[in-house]
Amino acid sequence: MSEQLTGAQALIRALEHAGVDTVFGIPGGAILPAYDPMLDSTQIRHILVRHEQGAGHAAQGYASATGKTGVCMATSGPGATNLVTPIADAYMDSVPMVAITGQVASASIGTDAFQEADIRGITMPITKHNFLVNDPNEIASTIAEAFHIASTGRPGPVLVDVTKDAMQATVDFHWPTELSLPGYRPVTRPHPKQVREAARLIAAAEKPVLYVGGGVIRAKASAELKQLAELLGIPVVTTLMARGALPDTHELHFGMPGMHGSVSAVGALQRSDLLICLGARFDDRVTGKLSSFAPEAKVIHADIDPAEIGKNRAADVPIVGDCKEVISDLIQALQTEIASNGRTPDYSAWRGLLDSVKAKYPVGYDEPEDGSLSPQYVIQRIGQIAGPDAIYTSGVGQHQMWAAHYLPFEKPLHWLNSGGLGTMGYSVPAAMGAKVARPDKTVWAIDGDGCFQMTNQELVTCALEGIPIKVAVINNQSLGMVRQWQTLFYDKRYSNTDLHSARIPDFAKLAEAMGGVGLRCSDKESVDATIDKAMSVTDQPVVVDFVVHRDAMVWPMVAAGTSNDDIQIARDMAPKWDGEEL
Amino acid sequence: MSKHTLSILVENKHGVLARVAALISRRGFNIDSLAVGPTEHPEVSRMTIAVSVDEQPLEQITKQLNKLVNVIKIVELEPTATVQRELLLVKVKADTLSRGQVLETVQLFRAKVVDVAPDAITIEATGNPEKLEAMLRVLEPFGVRELVQSGMVAIGRGSRSISDRTLRPVPVPPPHVASGAPALQARPATSQAGSASSPTGTTSPSGNSPAAHHPNHPVPAPPPGRPAAGVRPA
Repeated sequence: MSEQLTGAQALIRALEHAGVDTVFGIPGGAILPAYDPMLDSTQIRHILVRHEQGAGHAAQGYASATGKTGVCMATSGPGATNLVTPIADAYMDSVPMVAITGQVASASIGTDAFQEADIRGITMPITKHNFLVNDPNEIASTIAEAFHIASTGRPGPVLVDVTKDAMQATVDFHWPTELSLPGYRPVTRPHPKQVREAARLIAAAEKPVLYVGGGVIRAKASAELKQLAELLGIPVVTTLMARGALPDTHELHFGMPGMHGSVSAVGALQRSDLLICLGARFDDRVTGKLSSFAPEAKVIHADIDPAEIGKNRAADVPIVGDCKEVISDLIQALQTEIASNGRTPDYSAWRGLLDSVKAKYPVGYDEPEDGSLSPQYVIQRIGQIAGPDAIYTSGVGQHQMWAAHYLPFEKPLHWLNSGGLGTMGYSVPAAMGAKVARPDKTVWAIDGDGCFQMTNQELVTCALEGIPIKVAVINNQSLGMVRQWQTLFYDKRYSNTDLHSARIPDFAKLAEAMGGVGLRCSDKESVDATIDKAMSVTDQPVVVDFVVHRDAMVWPMVAAGTSNDDIQIARDMAPKWDGEEL
Repeated sequence: MSKHTLSILVENKHGVLARVAALISRRGFNIDSLAVGPTEHPEVSRMTIAVSVDEQPLEQITKQLNKLVNVIKIVELEPTATVQRELLLVKVKADTLSRGQVLETVQLFRAKVVDVAPDAITIEATGNPEKLEAMLRVLEPFGVRELVQSGMVAIGRGSRSISDRTLRPVPVPPPHVASGAPALQARPATSQAGSASSPTGTTSPSGNSPAAHHPNHPVPAPPPGRPAAGVRPA
């Protein structure tokens, strides 16, 4: 298969061969050649965003809602540097993404040419891999390699920087049949001996916990996880990145662990004698002070990335492999182990203990005494009305934690947020990307008033491109999480966290100005009606400004740098555990 | 902390040195010495990196380096089973009075004089880091005017090669395949295949070694077949 094309045509043709149906981007000088053949592509829908950061997060949203590789495109210099935040975000959260940037002509590289930035150098630490292509003959093969690297092994962002002259040259187009990546061979099949060893530990444990991370979502291993948990009745906790990996309503689910985790989930890890860590990475937000994290537990650590194993916590049984295969093999190995032991392990006492903690310390909140709207109630009602079939995105901060606790997570790929990098402004563009990928789904962005003001320009894109997302601005007129820390640790000195956003901007009017529907709600009685109204709009983006109580805090909380054992369910209130303080 | 020598086979592509050096730096480690050059395969370069770290951080460095797409293989070379060499060029003050003594030192360390001036001579010496250090200690009293030293290069003793590995291509994937789908598992069937078939114990890309080593810990090169008698110069 060979035909004469320009490098730019080869680029678009290569994207088509890679199966791309959507590109989020903005043209500019250096990427201009690529936008000409883009006009003729019947396969690729280009969505013209209003800021490259929006393109990047939209590609993440597209990828995280489907498991497919998201694609964004930008020009050289500022276009490329505006992609840096979403690329870093995708790197931290293992999102398969390919970013394509134009670069100045190869003869101008290194001369500080107009709109020149060494984006390959800039993104080296935040990409799984990146390429600078100045040979037009390498465009197609590089695109093939980029998609392969982004989507296999531990997924991640790959940047392809293409010089303008390479796009303008003429080439024979070949879609490669094989790739030359001698240093890239991700291990997906777990080693049988390690899996047998893990099964032996599980069968011998008394208080095991399945500590489930985002790797289970990326590996699409939810069905296998459920089977594994139910096989022996092992309690499960799902991290922020893994919400929905096991239904929240499942009796073996004990919630989200971490700095703002539920008492039952944090307690399950702290008191466990065996952590079965699947696709999680012992992040500091989960472990708290590392030296006191799960002090009595042995660790089985399964991850597709060998570098995660032993990075923060030593593993007694390391397993490198794709979570789907690891869990499937583990189920078989456990069945064999049980058959040879002639005895099924019984964790009912352990489960009973956790059940009692879960019943005693459910995640909950107090209504504000002044009668103002509680943010948790708003989020809870959105979840109940839109249901577990909707896709939810969130920004970063208090609203994110409330969303993680109060939304109904029953399925994987329905909860999209910025977990590792903690990027404020993620939710609106990510919701846009998710809605493009899953037009059949209701997509709600649960956002904060701070976050919303960082990337709301993409509502214009949504309005013009027919992407009817719904945005709930949980408006507490503050940078709420920072304010919470100021309340707790800085003697209520509220330095630069007051956004005054009850007054300015008028979010409803802003939404209307950008071609959407704007609603506002500030009392409990009209919450349902407002949500219903938002749900009834299906042809335009909707923004609901929920003006909420500004002093609401996220509980439970493990203060930064302290032990998980010091979890508090409210200010200066520690839970009791089995008669003693946890 | 202990000294470790890592031999890293990388694709001979631009930017690879920057990737390796930057990764080591941003993960908070220091390089004692680094040398890079071509190998017997034109498409493969070899880096020799000396680092002073404990075992656990070394494991983390190695695993992180292995994640670089351009890194093909990492082997830790054990000092006892390895020939290590550095090159030193040093300009020493030497007038008619002291030249004889300086030349004596040159001979003692089997070094070479590569340039002579009325008041200085330039000496070329190769050897392991300890030998060069010893020579410099002797030369210092004469007055060292200028000194330049290469990074260490190292090679395992015996007949085996760490680069015995075909640079196999990967079949092109169908579009939009989810991560880790079985169709993409070119090979190995299990993660052990990589190190089992490799004569020197590769650390890339496997990581499930149930043996003493942690996943992706650099596996030491095995000792040579027989003692390398007579090949160790003074």
